[in-house]
Amino acid sequence: RSSEAQDGHGWKMATAGLGSRGLLRLLSFCVLLAGLCGGNSVERKIYIPLNKTAPCVRLLNATHQIGCHSSISGDTGVIHVVEKEEDLQWVLTDGPNPPYMVLLEGTLFTRKVMEKLKGSTSRIAGLAVSLAKPSPAAGFSPSVQCPNDGFGLYSNSYGPEFAHCRDIQWNYLGDGLAYEDFSFPIFLLEDENETNVIKQCYRDHNLSQNGSAPVFPLCAMQLFSHMHAVLSTVTCMRRSSIQSTFSINPEIVCDPLSDYNVWSMLKPINTSGTLEPDDKVVVVATQLDSRSFFWNVAPGAESAVASFVTQLAAAEALYKAPDVTTLPRNVMFVFFQGETFDYIGSSRMVYDMERGKFPVQLENIDSFVELRQVALRESLELWMHTDPVSQKNKSVQSQVEHLLTTLEESGAGVPTVVLRRLNQSQPLPPSSLQRFLRARNISGVVLTDHATVFHNRYYHSVYDTAENINVSYPGQQSPEEDLDFVTDTAKALADVATVLGRALYQLAGGTNFRDTIQADPHTVTRLLYGFLVRANNSWFQSILRQDLRSYLGDQGPLQHYIAVSSPTNTTYVVQYALANLTGKVVDLTREQCQDPSKVPSENKDLYEYMWVQGPLNSNGTERLPYCVRSTARLVRAVSPAFELGQWGSTEYSTWTESRWKDIRARIFLIASKELELITLAVGFGVLVCSLVITYCINAKADVLFIAPREPGSVSF
Amino acid sequence: MTAAVFFGCAFIAFGPALALYIFTIATDPLRIIFLIVGAFFWVISLLLSSLVWVGGRAITDNRDGTNREISAGSLSLSRKWFRFAYYRLLRKANEGLKTINPDEPAPSMRLLAYVSGLGFGIMSGVFSFVNTLSDSLGPGTVGIHGDSPYFFLNSAFMTQVIILLHMFWGIIFFDGCEKKNWYPLLAVILTHLLVSALTFLNPQYEISLVSAYMIMVLTGIWAFFVAGGSRRSLKRYLLCQDKNFLLYSQRSR
Repeated sequence: RSSEAQDGHGWKMATAGLGSRGLLRLLSFCVLLAGLCGGNSVERKIYIPLNKTAPCVRLLNATHQIGCHSSISGDTGVIHVVEKEEDLQWVLTDGPNPPYMVLLEGTLFTRKVMEKLKGSTSRIAGLAVSLAKPSPAAGFSPSVQCPNDGFGLYSNSYGPEFAHCRDIQWNYLGDGLAYEDFSFPIFLLEDENETNVIKQCYRDHNLSQNGSAPVFPLCAMQLFSHMHAVLSTVTCMRRSSIQSTFSINPEIVCDPLSDYNVWSMLKPINTSGTLEPDDKVVVVATQLDSRSFFWNVAPGAESAVASFVTQLAAAEALYKAPDVTTLPRNVMFVFFQGETFDYIGSSRMVYDMERGKFPVQLENIDSFVELRQVALRESLELWMHTDPVSQKNKSVQSQVEHLLTTLEESGAGVPTVVLRRLNQSQPLPPSSLQRFLRARNISGVVLTDHATVFHNRYYHSVYDTAENINVSYPGQQSPEEDLDFVTDTAKALADVATVLGRALYQLAGGTNFRDTIQADPHTVTRLLYGFLVRANNSWFQSILRQDLRSYLGDQGPLQHYIAVSSPTNTTYVVQYALANLTGKVVDLTREQCQDPSKVPSENKDLYEYMWVQGPLNSNGTERLPYCVRSTARLVRAVSPAFELGQWGSTEYSTWTESRWKDIRARIFLIASKELELITLAVGFGVLVCSLVITYCINAKADVLFIAPREPGSVSF
Repeated sequence: MTAAVFFGCAFIAFGPALALYIFTIATDPLRIIFLIVGAFFWVISLLLSSLVWVGGRAITDNRDGTNREISAGSLSLSRKWFRFAYYRLLRKANEGLKTINPDEPAPSMRLLAYVSGLGFGIMSGVFSFVNTLSDSLGPGTVGIHGDSPYFFLNSAFMTQVIILLHMFWGIIFFDGCEKKNWYPLLAVILTHLLVSALTFLNPQYEISLVSAYMIMVLTGIWAFFVAGGSRRSLKRYLLCQDKNFLLYSQRSR
């Protein structure tokens, strides 16, 4: 037993002895550590990450996939800067080190160039596009020439002469790039500094001397944007549903594009039931979203922002009229989300109306006014589009005629807006009204700034920014001063809002106060500033709920892409702006505001109550929150195809967005294959040599190392 | 830089250690245990030295330059203390080892010295080089900020030198403690500091690597003599004169 104790003791001593020796020796290692170690500092020596990029992701519909895709471990290629079309030759045929990662100037991002690149995918690893400053002069639109074709009103069975834009190609500049499928990743370089870093790396390492091959190491770029969904919505939804049915940890591969529509009523209605058939409603609609070739970059100034800002201003003006509560007809303001992708929001609302799931039904709709792109009016003209096919019915035609004359009468008092009618044989432009007309013949009109083709030369592209609608601010002003600066565009849009407000008042049956309705250019300019230039401003901060502050971002405008997580920033901000502009401040405490069922005078079915942050107090330290009561609400906007499970539907939108794990970009140098193989050879050589030497020494160790003359001990 | 560079550098750095392990350590389970325990104690001492570094940094408010000197200075004081404790413990360890394995002869102090030195070397090599190795697997190579493109190769060779040096230092250090000869201990500590200082010269790989190799060769020769080699035994080995030598050594006992 004592020997066992000694065993344990001796064992501990041996290890402790080693330990103290280790402690002793390696306390000096902290110095060595400083020199050799530092794992991620090696990574920083190799890679420069590109942080301000936007990828192109994969979107799927019932039959196709569009967008871009990289391999799962990223695509690497030697950088080649293409500033003129001749530079493409190096990439496509001459360059000796394929595959290449092309850095394309924004002005060259055209269909012609992309067709060439698409044709030689073995030599192209990917594409990085830099933003063209200023925007391309000839215009740029990656959308198709006939937006939302096949999901609107005109088809081969209804108005075939207008189907597939046979009559007018609305988006005449569209080259359809955003609806193509690319097998290599495409990224947008948003930051000019990063683009310059890449170009500098290219100039330092990749330029060849006198046409000979450039010398290694070469500057290369790696793009990661592996997409999980393939083929079409039918395939990816089927795979996702199998996963969620049978797997404990389901791997969903795609998500339907969905969000919320924002709507409000001029006179509050009980949202728990539906309206009586005799209650008539004038609907005024617009869209909230836009898109571009790249994910989550959708400035949408002319295509979306200008129109919904105008509608917000019209709502504010109309609510101020003294006799709104006694108007014979109600007015519904609705902002549809998802109109870019085959009318997600409007098709869902029509579907809900048909099934009685929405308080307002199709038979309650008296007339329909829609605002489409209105910011680029030429010579003050605002065009009124109507549908020729439904007007073949006499009663509809007379209603439409009444609608148009009401509009013209309202517009008479505003000299800066000239309302013009159109030829009866011209179809409706792409608009939410088309979805309503599919369900029922209602009298509707679409107001736009263009008579035939779009005036927007950057429709659904990254260049549809504040600049596109001439919103510019003099420099050297603080952001707060810019917020309140009334631009000419704001004044023009305010005039349109005034016309719209007066028309709505008259359509709703009002007579006395029509000419007092005036939209406020100050409101319009603040809204334009917030949505197009800088969302994180004092006014937006004061109208939002406290936990939604982060939705305003840090600097920069909001992006109006529908995305898959809801509600998006734009939806929330528009809802709260609508509540602020059309609602009333009520004297409730925070608890009462969040749960008004306890308060006898308030009714949760009629109104929506929001506890907003409020402005900063005079010291600038605290906020003065308050409760806003309004009728601004959100209603779900998911395509009915997903409710019905008809993933291959041709009637409803089936757009989905693929999921992904990792999206990033980085640049680094790559070494030649020869150096790598030499390293491997040297490694093998060292290993073989050391094996041989060690074997030889070990075999004859007793010859080499003489043991000290200790009694009874033998070494090695 | 892809798999070729990864394997090449891994073999360069750990090739000799691997060879030594296969032929001398892997044959005996007791030696494997000593190797692993030695490596483990290296990790513990790394933890303690990091605490000293962090503590030093906190005290001196993150001034890097003075921090290194302070930690280096405080170490030599602690070393003196550890030296005495170590020697007495190891003596007792020898008796304990004899009782564990009464049949087999207990491993000698020189064997312990070699095995523990190798253990420290391997673990220190792994800790200092594995991160760099894993970065070498990626597609990029060092150089975009202007560093030398031979970074991986040089790190691999430096790691190889460090591993072998640890083994030699182990042999010399233990022998110094055995014979109560303090000069070898001092020399070992000084050369360790010298090699660490050489790594600060790092962008100039020629100087640091060549000097480190020279130090390694000198230390190796010293360790050879300490471990029982001599010019005579070397001559005998090279001329393959085993038999006579063995008979001679046995007779002289």
